[in-house]
Amino acid sequence: MRFFHQVGVIAAKDLRAELRTKEAINSSLAFALVILLMFSFAFDPLADTTREISGGLLWIVFAFAGTLVLNRSFARELPNDCLDGLIAAPLPGAALFLGKVCANFLLVLGVQLVSLPVFGIFYNVPWTRQFPQLLLVMVLGTWGLTVVGTVSSALTVNIRLRELMLPMLTYPILFPALLGAMQLTATLVAGNPIGPGEAGWLKMIVGFDVIYTAVSLALVDTILVG
Amino acid sequence: MSAVAVDGVWKSFGDYPALRDIRLEAAPGTCLALIGRNGAGKTTLLRIIAGFSRPGRGQVRIGGGDPRDPETRRQVGFLGHGISVYDELSALENLTLYGRLYGLADPPGAAREWLERTGLGRVANGLVREFSRGMRQRLAVARAFLHEPRVLLLDEPFTALDDKAIAVLQRLLAEALASGRTVVMSTHQLREAMELASHVAVLVRGQLAFHGVRTPEMAADPGTVYARYGEA
Repeated sequence: MRFFHQVGVIAAKDLRAELRTKEAINSSLAFALVILLMFSFAFDPLADTTREISGGLLWIVFAFAGTLVLNRSFARELPNDCLDGLIAAPLPGAALFLGKVCANFLLVLGVQLVSLPVFGIFYNVPWTRQFPQLLLVMVLGTWGLTVVGTVSSALTVNIRLRELMLPMLTYPILFPALLGAMQLTATLVAGNPIGPGEAGWLKMIVGFDVIYTAVSLALVDTILVG
Repeated sequence: MSAVAVDGVWKSFGDYPALRDIRLEAAPGTCLALIGRNGAGKTTLLRIIAGFSRPGRGQVRIGGGDPRDPETRRQVGFLGHGISVYDELSALENLTLYGRLYGLADPPGAAREWLERTGLGRVANGLVREFSRGMRQRLAVARAFLHEPRVLLLDEPFTALDDKAIAVLQRLLAEALASGRTVVMSTHQLREAMELASHVAVLVRGQLAFHGVRTPEMAADPGTVYARYGEA
C-alpha cells in the first residue's frame, strides 16, 4: 500500500506543478490543434483516402504532441536539483517512475481528448459511433507512449540535446504499439467496431504495455543511480 | 557501530580518479567536517555516502545499512548544492510533499513546525519562486531536517546564507548533535565548520590527507589545517 501511496504523491506533485505553470500542456495542445488544422488543409476531408489515413494521422499528432509533455517529465526535476531530493528520499525508483507515468498519462490523454472532437470536425469522420472502443485504444496506446517516453525522459534528463534525443529513443521502440493503435483507430473512426480481424492488434498493444511497463520498473533504479 | 563508515572507496570519472581509497568513520553524535580545495573530491564523496552514485570500489555503510536501502535513506537528511524544492509549489506544499515521501505521521503539521523553526512561518503559502535566495536556502535546511534524520549529510551548507540563516543552521546543527545525531559536512567556511566539528577529514586530490579529532588549535586558527595537511 505504501508503494501506491508514494506513486500517488509523485503523480499529484507533477500534476499540481504542471497545472500551475501549464508549460507542457499548453504547448502540447497548441501543437496538436495546429497540426490537425494544417493537415486538414493539406488533404481533402471528403475524400475516402483521407478517412483511411486519418487513424494514422491522428496517432502521429498524438505521439508528437505527447513528446512535448514527456520531455518535461524529468526535466522538471532539474531546477534546484529536485531529482536529488527524490533520490535521497526512501522512495523506490519504481514508485517515482510509476508516479511520473501516471501524471504524464493523464496529461497526454487530456490533450488527446480535447484534440479528438477537433479531429472529428475537420476530417468529417463518425468518431463518436465507436467511442468506448476508441477510448480503450487511446488508453492502451497512450499508456505505451507514456511508459516508453518517461523512461526516455529519465535516460536523457542530463544531456543537452534531450529534446532531440527523447523522440529518437521513443519512436523506434514505440513503433509496434503505434502501428496497432493506428490500425485500430482507422477502423473505429470509420464507424466500424473492432472485429476478429483487428483483435490481434489489440492484443499486441496490451502485450507491449505489459512488457515495457515491467521492464521499465525493473530498470529504473539503474537508470537513476547507475 | 559507526553512524557512517566509508571503507576503501574509489571513484573514477573516465581515467581520472576522483577518489582514491578513502577510509573514514563517523560515530553517532559526532560532526565530521570534510575539507579540501575545489576539486578535492568532497562533493563526490558526499554523494556516494548519500547513495546518489555507486563507488567504483569499496563500500559505504550508514548505521550498518546500504545507503540505497529505503530504510537507511529514511535515517539520512541530505542538503546539497541545489535546494531540492519546487519553484512552482509553496513552501508548505514542498515540505508536505517530502513529509509524505518520508512517511511522517502528520506531514502538514511537521511542515508547519519546521517552517516556523526556520523563520518561514509567515510565508508558508508563498510560492518558492517568489522567495529570496536566503529564504530558499532556509527552506532547503527545513527540508533536510524535516524527518528528523539520524545522519545529516551537508554539502557546503553555509554557502549563500546570510548571518541570520547561518545562526539558524548552526543552532539546528548544535541541537542535532546534542541529541546524538551525526553530521558530515563538506565546507570551505572553515570558521563556521570548526565551531561545530568534533572531527576533521582533509581531502587532497581525491586522497585522504588527514582524518582525526578537531584540536583546539584548529578551532582557534582554522587555517592551520590547510597549512599542515592541505595543498600548498
